[in-house]
Amino acid sequence: MNILNLFKVSINAVANNKMRSFLSMLGIIIGVAAVIIMMAIGQGSKESIRKELSTMGTNLLTIRPGADMRGGVRQDPSAMQTLKMADYQRIVAEKKYVTYVSPEVTSGGQVIYGNNNTNTTVYGESPDYLDIKQWVVEEGDCFTEEDVHKAAKVAVVGKTIVTELFNGADPIGKTIRFKSIPMRIIGVLKSKGYNSWGMDQDNVIIAPYTTVMKRINAQTYFSSIVCSAITEELSDAAIEELTQILRENHKLKGEAVDDFTIRSQAEMMETMSTTMDTVTLILVVAAAFSLLVAGIGIMNIMLVSVTERTKEIGLRMAVGATGAVISLQFLIESVVISVTGGLLGILVGFSVSEFVVPMVGMPSSVPAWSIYVSFLVCVVIGILFGYIPAQKAANMDPIEAIRHE
Amino acid sequence: MAEEKDSRKVVIELQDVKRYFQVGSETVKALRGVSFKIYEGEFVTIQGTSGSGKSTLLNQLGCLDTPTSGEYILDGTPVRRMSKNQRAKLRNRKIGFVFQNYNLLAKTTAVENVELPLMYNNKYNAKQRREAAIKALQAVGLGDRLEHKSNQMSGGQMQRVAIARALVNNPAVLLADEATGNLDTHTSFEMLVLFQELYKKGHTIIFVTHNPEIAEYASRNINLRDGKIREDTINTNIKSAAEALAALPKPQDD
Repeated sequence: MNILNLFKVSINAVANNKMRSFLSMLGIIIGVAAVIIMMAIGQGSKESIRKELSTMGTNLLTIRPGADMRGGVRQDPSAMQTLKMADYQRIVAEKKYVTYVSPEVTSGGQVIYGNNNTNTTVYGESPDYLDIKQWVVEEGDCFTEEDVHKAAKVAVVGKTIVTELFNGADPIGKTIRFKSIPMRIIGVLKSKGYNSWGMDQDNVIIAPYTTVMKRINAQTYFSSIVCSAITEELSDAAIEELTQILRENHKLKGEAVDDFTIRSQAEMMETMSTTMDTVTLILVVAAAFSLLVAGIGIMNIMLVSVTERTKEIGLRMAVGATGAVISLQFLIESVVISVTGGLLGILVGFSVSEFVVPMVGMPSSVPAWSIYVSFLVCVVIGILFGYIPAQKAANMDPIEAIRHE
Repeated sequence: MAEEKDSRKVVIELQDVKRYFQVGSETVKALRGVSFKIYEGEFVTIQGTSGSGKSTLLNQLGCLDTPTSGEYILDGTPVRRMSKNQRAKLRNRKIGFVFQNYNLLAKTTAVENVELPLMYNNKYNAKQRREAAIKALQAVGLGDRLEHKSNQMSGGQMQRVAIARALVNNPAVLLADEATGNLDTHTSFEMLVLFQELYKKGHTIIFVTHNPEIAEYASRNINLRDGKIREDTINTNIKSAAEALAALPKPQDD
């Protein structure tokens, strides 16, 4: 019997038992759909984080105090105070591959206006900060170098602050208080919404770094320095340049380890991608286990089917079917079940990923290869779990099979 | 014995065929040495009570099993040393089976059922298969029921489909196992009429049955007892099944 006829026979057998076939397909449908949805969410999240990070500026460089901590070793607290005013001034004076520089000092706490208050973070920055982050002042103005010089008590606020403290009324010119320091609002930032970690990017107050350093925190060091390289391609050159300046400034010679760490945005993206990949992998593995269970389900149904059709097998053998042909017939049948289930699963998974997942506000993007892989996996499942039932059929004795009641 | 017919072609030859089964520590001797020749165009009934070795002999004749000793030659081919796959092919080309309970494929049309043996023969393409199946169904009087499904047919019709399926590969021998066992008297005689027609057309038929009456309509009768041939007689006075059928009282719903 040729393969085409075997396919016809198998499809007929599956079609003659619609309910049972569908139930045995159900496991595969759910398994494949789950794998595809997980992959789509993983891929979608990765893409959205990537997009977000790149809107923050792919040429962003962050200098943090302390040596590279990726090993997880605890460091002396004094090691976190290595970035000083002198470093900032020297970078500004000598930068070639860096366009904008802003020292950063932050302070978290309660901000008050009249009867209202909310928890927020005050970022002490230089006016360059908005250019580095590509943020835009929607109303009013940003503070100036002059304000920085005077440690002026002025601030630019995000939309959430406006909503929380002013119920949406115009806040320009109003004075808010943060840790008992009054600050006059001179500008409002354009809304940026939530980022993919679920952080409200509009819940910020930006003030001159000198103000936060001297008036609020009373500290002499920066928590970090953010810069932007001229272009993303020049990031490495900029890192090189900044490293040299800081090492000289910190009098680090020869083998001495850097007491600061410079990370580029590209590196951050890499880290995020790796993390997302790991999370996706875990989810997909969990979903793949359901495919294994589905395969066992198919094997179970096929074993029942073989037993039930003992007489048919006996007849086919009596009229000339060899064991190999019988085995192939049942193998194809199980592949037909698993592949049909797989195709339905792809359809369900694709529809859910494309239409349902975005409705609940999750990012989703079906990678094309996940569809090919799912299809292949179904063929493999069909063969793998169809093998034992097919062998059982092929090894029947025609004499006993044909008289089986 | 049939010595005087030596000039005719031998289709089946059994040479001292023995078949023993090992059941636990005991040896069951199902066939204790059976020898006979069946010539082309004979209509032979094989009779015997249960336990006579009738089924074992049928399995041998149908190449479903091989002898413990002795030799079976089917249409010139010695069967004993053949592999399973070789015997499957031999069955496909040389034997037409008719089973007691029809054994049609469920939810399948008459013509598809008849095509089945040819599906396992690569020499036939789809068109040739269909043509051969239609021809076989016409030969058993079902030319107008080609597309009827097996569950839409009466017992007699199903058995006719089964006979057509046995004829479709132009076998050297038609092997019927209690082919009328599940049918009422009227339909049984209809089947006998059909078998007699096929006999007259020159088909070689072996009809295994426990019903002694059927022997009267065949050309030869082999009687088994305890794994040996008790009697092997030529029937010179073959009764006409058509006449017997006409003499039967009509079924009441007619």
